[in-house]
Amino acid sequence: MKKDWPLWEVFVRSKNGLEHRHFGSLHAADAEMALENARDVYTRRNEGVSIWVVESKYITASNPADNGEFFEPAQDKIYRHPTFYDLPDEVKHM
Amino acid sequence: MSEKEVKNLEAIFEARIARDEKIEPKDWMPEKYRQTHIRQISQHAHSEIVGMLPEGNWITRAPSLRRKAALLAKVQDEAGHGLYLYSATETLGISREELFDQLHSGKAKYSSIFNYPTITWADIGAIGWLVDGAAIINQVALCTTSFGPYARAMVRICKEESFHQRQGYEIMLTLCNGTPEQKAMAQDALNRWWWPSLMMFGPRDADSPHTEQSMKWKLKRKTNDELRQQFVDQTVPQADILGITVPDPDLKFNAETGHYDFGEIDWDEFWQVVKGHGPCNKERMEARVGAWERGSWVREAAMAYAEKQAKKKVAKAS
Repeated sequence: MKKDWPLWEVFVRSKNGLEHRHFGSLHAADAEMALENARDVYTRRNEGVSIWVVESKYITASNPADNGEFFEPAQDKIYRHPTFYDLPDEVKHM
Repeated sequence: MSEKEVKNLEAIFEARIARDEKIEPKDWMPEKYRQTHIRQISQHAHSEIVGMLPEGNWITRAPSLRRKAALLAKVQDEAGHGLYLYSATETLGISREELFDQLHSGKAKYSSIFNYPTITWADIGAIGWLVDGAAIINQVALCTTSFGPYARAMVRICKEESFHQRQGYEIMLTLCNGTPEQKAMAQDALNRWWWPSLMMFGPRDADSPHTEQSMKWKLKRKTNDELRQQFVDQTVPQADILGITVPDPDLKFNAETGHYDFGEIDWDEFWQVVKGHGPCNKERMEARVGAWERGSWVREAAMAYAEKQAKKKVAKAS
């Protein structure tokens, strides 16, 4: 019986102090192989100090078609931004 | 979905492209946009993969350890580029298996340049200098393409490509500064690779059926002829530095346009190679399909091992 290697998503921390960032994806039989493949595919020139891999099927993504209603609640809450508040010019840095 | 709804979505989509917004995999897109991208990105991926074969031919025969390490690194990069591009294609809803099937069955194309043989070491120099040079021109233009995953892969690829071209040019330079025989080898390689390199930009604009739609979708940012001209303008002075001659009697700098005028490409040869009758089409496909088939037991064994380990882990936990 033939079974294809599953798809994995790869996240790389470029250097300590920075977050892991999505770099791309690849196929591998298991997590260990996914890490080794990620090293060879995405960090051939020292692009990373740490790698995360996760099987793509475990990622739940929001649907862009629902972006309107999904992100809408943040739209009208301008009081969450500092510029919403009126302060006299004499208050220099706040 | 009704026809009217689709029309509406198409209008929104076209407006996003016009505003230079990127399209991401889960966004709604016209079916033709999806199919065109699957075709182009996978063709690009296949080219990277098949492109390893002509150069792989020289890894064991590189003239020094320095050259060998560089060539090996370059071929590994091509493998990596193929993989970035395959994953970008898969975001459009096609599997890796299907993509390989299309390559192996001949349904999908790859760049015709890789159907020419690498008969001397100078060919490795010429490939890096000319073929990668032409590829870079194509790829830089694609870094701002509208489909997000493709654009991101191109940015990464472009960063890595410039070493490829420089190592090729250095090989040419060394040969040209060597014995008369070595310089003759470099000239011979230029003679054989020049025209196929110009063909890499595809048919003339007037004969390119996809150009108009691709420009509109910002899949292509410059036409084939524009990119080809850019390549000629950039490469001719590099040949002058090497002291070798571009094999085109019609090549002449045009002071009025500020560009080089050049001779007519042999389009019969171009179409012959595209249709599978190039010097190495058969050999390349046999090598590729053979490697895939001979590796199948390894892929299956790795999967069986992974499943066994996963079961063991579950058994231990319970």
